[in-house]
Amino acid sequence: MIKLGVVYGLAGLVFAAFAVLSALDRANRKRFGNAAFWGLVSLSFLAGDRLGDRGNGVLVLGLALIAGFGLLGRGAPPTTSPDERRALAQRFGLKLFAPALTLPVVVALGVLVLKPLHFGGTPLFDPKQATLISLALAAVIATGVGLVLLRQPAMSPLQEGRRLMDTVGWAALLPQMLAALGAVFALAGVGDTIGRLVTEWIPMDARITAVAVYCLGMAGFTVIMGNAFAAFPVLTAGIGFPILIRQFGGDPAVVASIGMLSGFCGTLMTPLAANFNLVPATLLELPDRYAVIKAQIPTALPLLAANVVLMYVLAFR
Amino acid sequence: MLTLLGVAAVVVGFAVRLNPLLVVVGAAFITGLAAGKSPLEVLDAFGHAFNENRFVSAAYLVLPVIGVVERAGLQEQARTLITRFRGVSVGPLLIAYLAFRQLTSALGLTSIAGQAQSIRPIVAPMAEGAVEARRGPLDPATRQRVRAFAAATDNIGLFFGEDIFVAIGSILLMVGFLAASGITMDPIHLSLWAIPTAVAAFAIHAVRLVLFDRRHGRGDAP
Repeated sequence: MIKLGVVYGLAGLVFAAFAVLSALDRANRKRFGNAAFWGLVSLSFLAGDRLGDRGNGVLVLGLALIAGFGLLGRGAPPTTSPDERRALAQRFGLKLFAPALTLPVVVALGVLVLKPLHFGGTPLFDPKQATLISLALAAVIATGVGLVLLRQPAMSPLQEGRRLMDTVGWAALLPQMLAALGAVFALAGVGDTIGRLVTEWIPMDARITAVAVYCLGMAGFTVIMGNAFAAFPVLTAGIGFPILIRQFGGDPAVVASIGMLSGFCGTLMTPLAANFNLVPATLLELPDRYAVIKAQIPTALPLLAANVVLMYVLAFR
Repeated sequence: MLTLLGVAAVVVGFAVRLNPLLVVVGAAFITGLAAGKSPLEVLDAFGHAFNENRFVSAAYLVLPVIGVVERAGLQEQARTLITRFRGVSVGPLLIAYLAFRQLTSALGLTSIAGQAQSIRPIVAPMAEGAVEARRGPLDPATRQRVRAFAAATDNIGLFFGEDIFVAIGSILLMVGFLAASGITMDPIHLSLWAIPTAVAAFAIHAVRLVLFDRRHGRGDAP
């Protein structure tokens, strides 16, 4: 059975290459900062399970300190100029889309065809991680397609990958750090405390108030925690279940489903959902870190209002 | 109550734009100490959770191939391709992408598109090209706005499509939670009730894209 460990091994080797190439990049004034940062990420992927909790804690501190003290620069691997790219684009034409389209095709094949495969009773892919394994497989195949079809230098995947990774910079590790912060929040009972505050201070005698508090609470709580999954158990245990389902007799499927989607409206509005909101801003080289969030808020707020109405109408048919 | 200091630290730290990695580590220590843990206990808990969540960062494995195709001119190709279709302006282009992203996510194919593998190399350059074809070269502010809209469209399509698929994480979480509360729920009901919100999300964002198109996509050129 292919497990996540294979993907982690591959990621560890790729980040190790980024670290070595960073160290050799004399064009980057802060090259050793980059080398140390990507080197620690590589170590985490390759040996995270052997470092122990404290070792991993120290590793995270190292990442945060390198980023926090501005020791991370931006590498400048040799690449093609805009003029060369225009010329190459004319030469290759639609062929250029082939590697990029290989990614979704292989992912789809992996999820739809390879995931259900079994050999002698064991599944080919670890079923819980099939999507990520498929994505890693797709990345490898698409890189091969790109190298052969577009005749690119053998080192170009690692050098170009490093260029993009440096574009994202420390923000690349923010989603994983926030997930870890969520675990500390859970340990300290932050969710329960907020849930209690909400239910104690807001009267919910009317059905519409209870629906509104639940939906807006899911969104607001998601903004604070960065993740609707963290908000759902707290708000549903505090409001959704005892008040909307038990007291007012709401349909549990509607309450839960639209409640979760109200949380997703919050995800669109929070910098704590870094992989959706902050990483794309760096990938697209937007100077305003919050530009993507600002583009999403005018969709998120009307949709949140729509959710309140939908739940009120559909849950109590 | 004191544990909420950690939440406050996150809000303040992000608002004054300190380095977010430092903010997150700081907030973890404030929260843990307020909850009566020792600093080493917090360090252990944070390190453990960081290691358990490595899958979040493994998705960067797609960057090398994206870099290779960019090196060979994919962004330029995407930009010129769209200008050949004079009829396609930025609004309809992004509305079509929104529909594609919602429908494929609803089938469980959430990872076939995304910010790194679709928006940066293909969709954002196409959106820019569609505006440029009508308005000429873009000023930096408009270019950034177009890119941000492309990124937003991917997120909205993903979020309000994936919950229609029965085997997605959030549905399983809901089934588990309801089961613990004594309600047995077939996941299919939860997926079906995600459809009204998905339709609303499409309608609201499509209207915004049409308005965005009127402001930026049309302009003086024929």
